[in-house]
Amino acid sequence: MNPHFPPGPPPYPLGAPLVRREGREKVTGTARYAAEHTPPACAYAWPVPATVARGRVTAVDTAAALTLPGVCAVLTHENAPRLATADDPTLLVLQEDRVPHRGWYVALAVADSLEAARAAADAVRVSYATEEHDVELTTGHPRLYEPETVNGGYPATRERGDFDGAFADAPVTVDALYTVPPLHNHPMEPHAATAWWSDGHLTVHDASQGSTKVCEDLAALFKLEKSDVTVVSEHVGGGFGSKGTTRPQAVLAAMAARHTGRPVKLSLPRREMPAVVGHRAPTLQRVRLGAGRDGVLTALAHESVTHTSTVTEFVEQAAVPGRVMYTSPNSRTTHRVVPLDVPTPSWMRAPGEAPGMYALESALDELAVALDLDPVELRMRNEPDTEPDSDRAFSSRHLVGCLREGAERFGWQPRDPRPGVRREGRLLLGTGVASATYPVLIAASAAEAHATADGGFRIRINATDIGTGARTALAQVAAAALGVPEERVGMEIGSSDLPPAMLAGGSAGMGSWGWAVHKACTALRARLRDHVGPLPADGFTVTADTRQETSERSPYSRHSFGATFAEVQVDTVTGEVRVRRLTGVYAAGRILNPRTARSQFTGGMTMGLGMALMEGSSLDPAFGDFAERDLASYHVPACADVPWIEAHWLDEDDPHLNPMGSKGIGEIGIVGTAAAIGNAVWHATGARLRDLPLTPDKVLPYL
Amino acid sequence: MEPTNQPAAEQRSALVLHINGTPQRLTLDHRTTLLDVLREHLGLIGAKKGCDHGQCGACTVLVDGRRANSCLLLAVAQEERQITTVEGLAEGERLHPLQEAFLERDALQCGYCTPGQICSAVGMLREVADGFPSHVTPATADPTVPVELSTDEIRERMSGNLCRCGAYPRIVEAVEDVAAAGADGHPAGAAGRPGQGVA
Repeated sequence: MNPHFPPGPPPYPLGAPLVRREGREKVTGTARYAAEHTPPACAYAWPVPATVARGRVTAVDTAAALTLPGVCAVLTHENAPRLATADDPTLLVLQEDRVPHRGWYVALAVADSLEAARAAADAVRVSYATEEHDVELTTGHPRLYEPETVNGGYPATRERGDFDGAFADAPVTVDALYTVPPLHNHPMEPHAATAWWSDGHLTVHDASQGSTKVCEDLAALFKLEKSDVTVVSEHVGGGFGSKGTTRPQAVLAAMAARHTGRPVKLSLPRREMPAVVGHRAPTLQRVRLGAGRDGVLTALAHESVTHTSTVTEFVEQAAVPGRVMYTSPNSRTTHRVVPLDVPTPSWMRAPGEAPGMYALESALDELAVALDLDPVELRMRNEPDTEPDSDRAFSSRHLVGCLREGAERFGWQPRDPRPGVRREGRLLLGTGVASATYPVLIAASAAEAHATADGGFRIRINATDIGTGARTALAQVAAAALGVPEERVGMEIGSSDLPPAMLAGGSAGMGSWGWAVHKACTALRARLRDHVGPLPADGFTVTADTRQETSERSPYSRHSFGATFAEVQVDTVTGEVRVRRLTGVYAAGRILNPRTARSQFTGGMTMGLGMALMEGSSLDPAFGDFAERDLASYHVPACADVPWIEAHWLDEDDPHLNPMGSKGIGEIGIVGTAAAIGNAVWHATGARLRDLPLTPDKVLPYL
Repeated sequence: MEPTNQPAAEQRSALVLHINGTPQRLTLDHRTTLLDVLREHLGLIGAKKGCDHGQCGACTVLVDGRRANSCLLLAVAQEERQITTVEGLAEGERLHPLQEAFLERDALQCGYCTPGQICSAVGMLREVADGFPSHVTPATADPTVPVELSTDEIRERMSGNLCRCGAYPRIVEAVEDVAAAGADGHPAGAAGRPGQGVA
């Protein structure tokens, strides 16, 4: 590992604010997404979701659907191709009569046109034997249990010291319950796939964050060799975790294509997405803090309760950040989960950290109030020397620097700590702060670097650009490693036929892909240096993978850190909270492309604003489905909701990461933002609201 | 099996749609939306399907110069209209100033909402020039003259186009650049200092 990987030749590709390589295709409308491939004879599919929350399909009457003009098939559990078993049982669609939750797909209509497919899906009549369902999460649910591990592979429970004793002895304490509702990823591009079979080879254009995994899953499900499956995800319209692993659309499209012998295109209707693509599970989080009068924490407990489905266990790791953030000699962090008759939860931007840091950072603010101490100062007083949970040294940790720089840029001081005293007409104003953190994750990837005889270079790696700018930043890494201008480097990404690589998730993309690209390019550069004379006509090709490098567990605790500052206004007549400005400062290693990085940070902060003020879904107890299924009822931030957002970062040189020194930036922006806004609402109004989102109906009673 | 892609005779009509200045002779299912005609019949994939319900704006096109959600328009009702999609904005290799500005400002990430944002911005600038008031226009403003385009006006007027990546601050900057340069000009002011930008 070279901690001082040079930025390349002038004009220094590594760290340059280059424009996105695919930007021109995107602004001209020629970038082609998964549903935008229409092979000859392509048919269209439309799914049929279950209308009961629990039970069995007793009959599927497809007669009326099949008589409609242009309809070629209706797939059900009785006639759909049989699949092998899968690691992820949510992919075993149309295999049996069981309905594990409302919205589970029970049939798929296939027709010559989209209109006919939709009409056919509407005409399918499904009969059910229904059973009692339970979709209500409570802290006292009798079926709650403690899982072994939670998402990310972390242990569900960690105890250090004597929390109960220390909490009982602490002169100042906070004990509060924070709730985060189910949240939906809702990328702008719905989950879609276009699939066809040709001489036994399956090709799928899929809206996915990582087609290597989709290829592996489809090969396993259809009992094929991986070499018999090609999955392409060239342009992906966002994912935010919901396209992280294989989703049902790829399986359904491939099944329908096999069943009909034609290419099949399937784009999931927006309102069906919440039930089948994953969601952020709701969390009920009790946080208890005990501190001395100096503000130093002596006791920290974070206990999270959440739901999963009956299909598979997924546990949002909300209590994990407490193991990293602050001095806490006596600590208890736990997770309990109950399987309900609900859609299966999965990843949504910063799983664990986003809801967990909302609770922890809100509790810190409550402690600051109880201590009459500035909340920035309180955080600085609890800066640990090593990671509290593991006692490992941090590879780099600049939380204090972020807080300091953020406070300076935001104009945090002078700040009157009293709540409810800043009025501007009918508005109350307040400011709030919260910290952010996200772990550095790196996974093995492979890359190929090719030098052409005419002096060009071609990098091949199955990275995915879901809007991050990965294609561009990887070219920068390659150019710097090769020591050539960036324009001479061609990039090929987004196909499972390329060298296999990590998916775009866990903020791990650039670190994982960049390392493999760096390694291949470094080897190619050495080979070119040793070569005398002109290159052979077919150039030189070098492949490399990082299995070895990434298999060793780092002796360091590796995390990004950040601080978010918010100013809000609260309308005393309507209860509406609006953010006036957000300042985020991050320490996330080396920033490889400041233009695209800034968009990642502010984009994450914007999603955090949504989490704070408007995003929330609920499970209807009677019908068992999400009540807010479309973009008219599930509100995401619109342009007018986002007045002023700035993101900055510290120069951070961390030699313990990867050759680029990068930490990953896709998720940390959402972390902490909701807490900063909630804390600002307290400062504006004096009302401590602990149940997201902070919609007018919840705020108004306190004004 | 040969696809027919044809509904029953009584459910379809032959018509001519004018797309980006080109007449397109089509026989269409009466249920087909303008958005699906563009994407599935004409290969114009720039207009995106985000929600199919008029809630997200990704399908925004210009109909006789005014922005509209093409997912809410039945194609058979558009025969006399001039439809402009994002594919019709550039002049050959020369991008429309808004396309240039979106690139320069990094006003996009995944790119899925981008064509709709750009078409919406084109239509919005014309609405402003025509004096259309918005929710944030002062009630005292004269409706016969162009609206003064503040950042609040841009944010309000662009709020029908959702962007889940959160590119809004950059989108507002891109629109401001073009507005400042005049309707047909090229963006004034450039990238700003990377990492130091403020919306």
